[in-house]
Amino acid sequence: MRNVRFILLALAVAAVTLAVARLIDNAYVFFAGYVVLQYIVLATAWNILGGYTGYVNFGTAAFFAVGAYTTVVLHKTVPLMPLPGMMLAGGVISGVIGLGMGYLTLRLRGTFFSIATLAMAVVAQTLITNWYFVGGSRGAYIIRPSDSPIFSGDYIQYLFAIMLLLSVISVSIARAIQHSRLGYGFSAIRDDELAAEASGVPTLRLKLIATALSGGLMGMAGAPLPYYVTYLDPASGFSLSYAVNTIAMPLIGGTATWLGPVIGAVLLGTLQQVATVTISSALSLLIVGLLLVSFVIAAPKGIVGWFKR
Amino acid sequence: MDLSLDLLGNALVSGVLLGGFYAAVTIGVSISFGMLDIVNIAHPAFVILGSYTAYIANSAFGFDPILSSIVLLPAFYLLGVAIYHVYDVSFERRGDASIRGLAFFFGILFITEVILVLVFGVDYRLVDAPYVGPSLHIGVIDLPLRLLVPCLVSLTLIGVLQLYMSHTVIGRAVQAVAQDPMALRLMAADPSRIKRIAFGLSIASASIAGAILIIIQPVEPSIARDYIGRIFAICVMGGLGSFGGTVVAAMILGIMESLTSTFYGPSWSPAVAFGFLLITLAVRPAGLFGRS
Amino acid sequence: MSNPLLTVSGLGKRFGGFVALADVGLQVAEGERLGLIGPNGSGKSTLVNCLCGTVKNDMGQVTFAGHKLNGLSAHQRTRLGMARSFQLPRPFPTLTLAENVRVPILYAADVKGRRAVSDPSERCDELLDMVGLLPKADRKPADLTQIEMRKLELARAMASEPRLLIADEAMAGLSHQEVDDILALLMNLNAQGVTIVMIEHIMRAVLAFSQRLVVLVAGRKLADGNPQDVIRQPDVVAAYLGS
Repeated sequence: MRNVRFILLALAVAAVTLAVARLIDNAYVFFAGYVVLQYIVLATAWNILGGYTGYVNFGTAAFFAVGAYTTVVLHKTVPLMPLPGMMLAGGVISGVIGLGMGYLTLRLRGTFFSIATLAMAVVAQTLITNWYFVGGSRGAYIIRPSDSPIFSGDYIQYLFAIMLLLSVISVSIARAIQHSRLGYGFSAIRDDELAAEASGVPTLRLKLIATALSGGLMGMAGAPLPYYVTYLDPASGFSLSYAVNTIAMPLIGGTATWLGPVIGAVLLGTLQQVATVTISSALSLLIVGLLLVSFVIAAPKGIVGWFKR
Repeated sequence: MDLSLDLLGNALVSGVLLGGFYAAVTIGVSISFGMLDIVNIAHPAFVILGSYTAYIANSAFGFDPILSSIVLLPAFYLLGVAIYHVYDVSFERRGDASIRGLAFFFGILFITEVILVLVFGVDYRLVDAPYVGPSLHIGVIDLPLRLLVPCLVSLTLIGVLQLYMSHTVIGRAVQAVAQDPMALRLMAADPSRIKRIAFGLSIASASIAGAILIIIQPVEPSIARDYIGRIFAICVMGGLGSFGGTVVAAMILGIMESLTSTFYGPSWSPAVAFGFLLITLAVRPAGLFGRS
Repeated sequence: MSNPLLTVSGLGKRFGGFVALADVGLQVAEGERLGLIGPNGSGKSTLVNCLCGTVKNDMGQVTFAGHKLNGLSAHQRTRLGMARSFQLPRPFPTLTLAENVRVPILYAADVKGRRAVSDPSERCDELLDMVGLLPKADRKPADLTQIEMRKLELARAMASEPRLLIADEAMAGLSHQEVDDILALLMNLNAQGVTIVMIEHIMRAVLAFSQRLVVLVAGRKLADGNPQDVIRQPDVVAAYLGS
C-alpha cells in the first residue's frame, strides 16, 4: 500500500517537472535535464547492487553502452520499433550480461567482482570497436526524429519524458526493495555473508538478482542515448565518466537508502551541467573526482547521513 | 609456411619480452593487493604518472628515461607512503575498507587521469633514447631493443625486490603481514608501519614501470585503463603476491596477446586480458601457482 | 538410539596435508543435550562448519531429519532446521537488533513447507524478550556488551525456528554469572523441545548441561558416553593434560 502511494506521489512530481520544463520552453532545459535524469537512473541502479549488497560495480559504462548499442542495432534492423521497445531490449541484454558476470565472479570475494567489472568495460569496448555493423571505432550516426510521437513538442521533450518515467520506475523499485524481504537479505549480505547464509539467506541467488536488476536498469538508461547524442562512438559510449559519476553520486548522497543516490545525482548532475558550460568539462570531472574522494574519507554516510542523528 | 613460422617465432619472442614488461607494471599490485590486501586499482594511473615524469625528464632536459625514473624512486615512494597514510587512517582503522576503500582508489585513478589530461592534453607522448630505434637480429628473429631493454630492466627490478623481501628484516616482516597480521603484532612490530613501507615500495615500482612503458609505446592519460585488466589478471593468475608467479603469468599473457595481435589484429588484444582474467577467476581463483 | 535427529558417519576433511577430521561418526537424538569437547585444534570448529555447510566435507555423510545434507548449501541446511551460533559473534552491524533477528525469520522460519510465522514483528519481540534484549530492540550491535552480543547471536539462531541448535563456544570469555545466564537460556530452549549440541571449553558448564559427552582429539572421536564416565577415561585425561 505504501508503495502504491509512493509511486503515485513520484508520478505527480514527475508530471509537475515535465509541466514546468514545458512552461520554461527552452531546449537547453530538456537537454540538461535529460542528463540529470539519466544519472538518477544510473545512480539508483548502481546502488541496488553497490549500496544494498556491498558489491562495487565499476562497469557501469559497459552496461550503459550495451543498452545504447542495442538501440543502434535495432535502429538499423527494425527502424519502426518504438523507443520503449528498444529500451526494454537493451535492459534485457544488459541484465543477462550482469547475470552472466555475476554467475562467474560472485562466488568469490567482492573485490574480484569489482575488478572483473572494470575489465569487462574494456572488453565490451573492444568488441564494439571491432564490430563494423555498429560503426566500429568510427561511430554511428542516428537521425533524431524532429517531433515527439506522443505529445506536441520537440523530440527532446519526448526523450526527457521517457527518462523521467524511467527514473520514477527505478526509484520506486529501489525504495520497494529497501523495505522488503529482499532488502533485508541484501543488507545481511552486505554486512556479513557467512552469517547471512547461516540465517537462511540464499546469498548467491540474491546477489544475482541484484546484479541482473542493476545491470538491466543501466541498460535501459543507455538505450535512448543514440537519439540524444545522434552520433555515438565507443569512446563516448564507454566514457569512464559514467562509471565515476555513477559511483560518486550514491556515495556522496548516501548508499544506505533509496534517497541518497537521488540527492547525489541531482546535486552532482546539476553541478556538472553548470560547470561544463561555465568552466570546462575536464574541470567539472575533476570536481566530481575530488568530491568522491573527500566524501568517502570525511563523510562515509553521505549527505543523507548528515540529517540522521 | 615459412613466413607464418617466422611470424609465429617473432610473435612468441615479442610476447615474452612484452610479458617481461607486464611483470614490472604488475609487481606493484602483487605487493599492494597480493601481500597487503589493498585493492589499489589506481596503480596503473601511477604507472602513467611515471611515464609522464620520464617524459618530462627526457624531453625537457634530455635525460635517459630509465635513469631518471630511478632517480625519481624516492619521490614515488613518498607519494605511496602518503597515500597509504590517508587510506590507513580513513578506512583500515575504521574497519571499513571494502566499498569506500575501492571507491577511494577509483577516485584517485580518475583524478590522476583528469589532471594529466588538463596538464598534457590527450596527445600521445614519446621519449627518445639510443635503444628506442634499433633491433638485434638472430636468424629470422627480431629483437627490438625497445622491448628487450624494458624486459631486462623489469626482471632486474623484480629480482632486487625479491632479494629485499627475502633478505631484509622489513622484507620478511612484509611477508609475515601477508600471511597473518596478528602474528606480526605478537612480534611487537607495527603492522601499519610495515604496510606503509611496502605500499611505498609498490608505488615506487610504478616510476620504473612507467618509464619502460613510454619506451615501449606512446602514452596518453587514458591508457591506464587498458592496463587494469592486464594487471589484475596477471596478479591473480600469478597467485597473489608470488613474484615468480607474477613473472610467469605476465609472460603467458604477453605471448597470448602477441599471438592475438599478430594473427587477428592489435585492436583485439585488450580483450585477451579480460578473457584470461575471467577464466582464471572462474576456474582457479587461487591462481596458477597459489595455495588452493 | 531409536530416533536420531542427526547422524554423522565417516566424516573426513583435509586442508592441504593437514587432516582436520578423520572418520568421525556421531548420532544425536531428538531433544538431546550433547556436549562436544576437545583441545584447541582438535577439529571441533571444522566439524561444526561441515555440519552447517560452511565447509564442504571430503568424505562421509551427514543426515539430518531424514535429509542427506551432502551438497546442500548453508542456507538450505538452516531452512531444514539446523541453526548455529558463531564462536565469535557475527551480527549484521548496520541493522538494528530487531532487524538482525528478523532476517532469519523472513528467510528461514517463514519459507514454504515450514511452520509459518504469523506475525514477524511479534516473533521478533518475543525472541529479543527471551534473551532480555527487548529494551534495546532499536539499537545497533555496536552498542552491545560482550554477553549481550552472545545473547543476540542465540536469539538470531533461534529465529530460524531450528530443531537443532549448535552453540559454538557461546560462553567463552564470560563471567561466572554470565555463564549461568546463557546456560539457563539453553536449558530453557531445550525444555521447549530444541535439540542442542554445545561446543564448549568451560568444563563446569559442559558437565552441568550435557546428557552425553563427545570428545574430539586430533580430528578423531576419542570418547562418546555418559559425561562423568567420559571425563575419567584415561586417554581423555591424557589428551587434556597434553601427555
